[in-house]
Amino acid sequence: MDKLLVVNNVSKIYGDYKALNNVSIEVEKGSIFGLLGPNGAGKTTLIRIINQITMPDTGSVILDGEPLKPHHIKYIGYLPEERGLYKTMKVGEQALYLAQLKGLTKQEAKERLKYWFDRLEIGDWWDKKIQELSKGMAQKIQFVVTVLHKPKLLIFDEPFSGFDPINANLIKDEILNLRDEGATVIFSTHRMESVEEMCDHIALIHKSNKILDGKLVDIKRQYRNNTYEIGLITPNHTATSASLKERFEIFPATFKSINDELQYKIKIPDSVSPNDFVSYLTSLGQLTHFVEVVPSASDIFIETIQKN
Amino acid sequence: MNHLPLIIKREYLTKIRNKSFIVMTFLSPLIFVGIFALVAYLSSLNNDTVRKISVLDESGLFLEDFSSTPHLQYKMLSDTNLEDAKKEAETEEVYGLLYIPKTGDLEGLSKEITFYSEDSPSLSLMGDINDMLESKVNTLKLKESGIDSETIKELHINISANQETFKGKETSKLGSGLKLAFGGAAGYLLFMFIIIYGNMIMRSVIEEKTSRVIEVIISSVKPRVLLLGKIFGTTLAGITQFVVWVVLILVLMTVVTSVFGIDPSAGSPSQQVLENSVNGGTQQILNDVMIEINNLPIANLIIMFLLFFVGGYLLYASLYASVGAAVDSETDTQQFMMPILMPLILAVYVGFFTVIDNPHGTVSQVFSYIPFTSPVVMLMRIPFGVPLWQQIVSVVILFASFIAMVWFAAKIYRVGILMYGKKPTYKEIFKWLKY
Repeated sequence: MDKLLVVNNVSKIYGDYKALNNVSIEVEKGSIFGLLGPNGAGKTTLIRIINQITMPDTGSVILDGEPLKPHHIKYIGYLPEERGLYKTMKVGEQALYLAQLKGLTKQEAKERLKYWFDRLEIGDWWDKKIQELSKGMAQKIQFVVTVLHKPKLLIFDEPFSGFDPINANLIKDEILNLRDEGATVIFSTHRMESVEEMCDHIALIHKSNKILDGKLVDIKRQYRNNTYEIGLITPNHTATSASLKERFEIFPATFKSINDELQYKIKIPDSVSPNDFVSYLTSLGQLTHFVEVVPSASDIFIETIQKN
Repeated sequence: MNHLPLIIKREYLTKIRNKSFIVMTFLSPLIFVGIFALVAYLSSLNNDTVRKISVLDESGLFLEDFSSTPHLQYKMLSDTNLEDAKKEAETEEVYGLLYIPKTGDLEGLSKEITFYSEDSPSLSLMGDINDMLESKVNTLKLKESGIDSETIKELHINISANQETFKGKETSKLGSGLKLAFGGAAGYLLFMFIIIYGNMIMRSVIEEKTSRVIEVIISSVKPRVLLLGKIFGTTLAGITQFVVWVVLILVLMTVVTSVFGIDPSAGSPSQQVLENSVNGGTQQILNDVMIEINNLPIANLIIMFLLFFVGGYLLYASLYASVGAAVDSETDTQQFMMPILMPLILAVYVGFFTVIDNPHGTVSQVFSYIPFTSPVVMLMRIPFGVPLWQQIVSVVILFASFIAMVWFAAKIYRVGILMYGKKPTYKEIFKWLKY
């Protein structure tokens, strides 16, 4: 697949502090790319380099086959984590101003704003000042301004902060919708459940270095460890538990069930195939529950950070 | 750069729509004219009181010399003695009693004249009376020595040396005064403009940071363009306000003076006397002034005034902008204010002391090239005649410094964004320049 954005061996040093060390990422067209990492890892620095707010000390950034140039700003929509709007300016005027800075004509900006304001049902805010709006309302305006110029690359830094669950869902759907219409999204967040739901590809940055990169499913495959969650109805729970403990590594597990059963997470050795394991379990009693434990994005995040 | 007009427009509109800006634009002239009217009214109240002074002249030498004016009435007493006169003065509520005793000679008389009053008499009144008595006594004394005072007047010659340059251009004291007045006014105007509107630019630069809109803006616009837009937009708003002020003050002044019948040029009574004494000469002085003004290089002055005013203002504006770029909030700006105003104050001092003393001396020359002082110093020098190439070099340096200053501010701005919440020190800012 085509790459929209390629970051090659980028390093950035502030004074004595190395904010990024030889980081490379590749973002495929039409995908949602999750840029993860603990606070202060260097994510924002990387995003600022892509937005040409700062320049890399070494390395290069290629957007759609061309080295990054000033005119590329109109292909990028950026919603920073530290965000706000001019408080004393009216919503409509402000949106028009910001859209024009991104290279839209006033007429284009007006038409598209009307479309978005109708879509998000915020049309009657046009003449209000930002300071009269709630934080969530202002965030909505900010979202509209970010996507208004139909950028090829959308960069969202913590897009859901400040939204209630309903509006967070609304924005999530809009982001997925934009992806379906052809936009590529870079997505930086600490909310692992939204990474799980939305990202096709993730990269993990820790202490200025990239320590993990790949398709989310591939990474999950890589991180699975033959662990299964089982539910088993047996004549004698104690005896069965004991014999299971003898043969496997077992961990307590709880899941909702209408049965009175044994619930365990069991890690089986690589030599045992899942099929053999299932037949062994059925020999012990009635198998009611059998699920492979797939590591969550959050687990992977924590495990990888701790390993490094 | 195509964003510049857009940013200027936004900055301008935001400024002039601001409520406190509108209020100040219209309130300031009202307050100014109000205070002026109040002062004029109060001093006219003062002038309306009529002072009555009784004079008991036992010597009989001054009987014809006391002439009453609308504000001062003399009442000549006769056929009475000092004690009665004092009593009468007290009961009749006169301002005071002037007693001139009869003495043998004029020296004795000069020591014996006494003024009696309720409280200490007004200084200016006593000065006037003393002057009048003194000149009369002196005339009498001259007569006593057999010299006619008319003869002395005829013999007196006034000296005022003609001034001329080596090239044959006539100069005059009056001309020098005018040149200074022009330079001083220009310097003062620039000074005021910078102080009033410099802060406004600084606040406007901080605005993006406090509202946190900065990263959105800076991902669309180069900091240099943003800062330039802010400087120009705010300057235009400042000029708008200034023009409104001048027009409003002129209109209000006209209204006030015509309604209250105050003549703003009417000064103190002594000034009136002065004017009366040279009444015939007023026209002459006016003519001299016109001639001197015509002698000034008018076109050169006006063009250079505009260039230096704009350049000087922009340079200082960009200084204020760099302070705004370096800090997160207005409270952090204090430590940077003094260093900004110092060169400006220095310029005014150099202008008023060194340039007056020696317009083309080394010090004056040097300071008329340094961009932070040249707008004031060079403007004060130009009326005294500065070669054109020097003026052009100075203007070029000034505008180049402005561009450099904006570049500097933009550099600080770009880094300042990345350092949220850190209070900058000079050392830190120096480090930022290298990023």
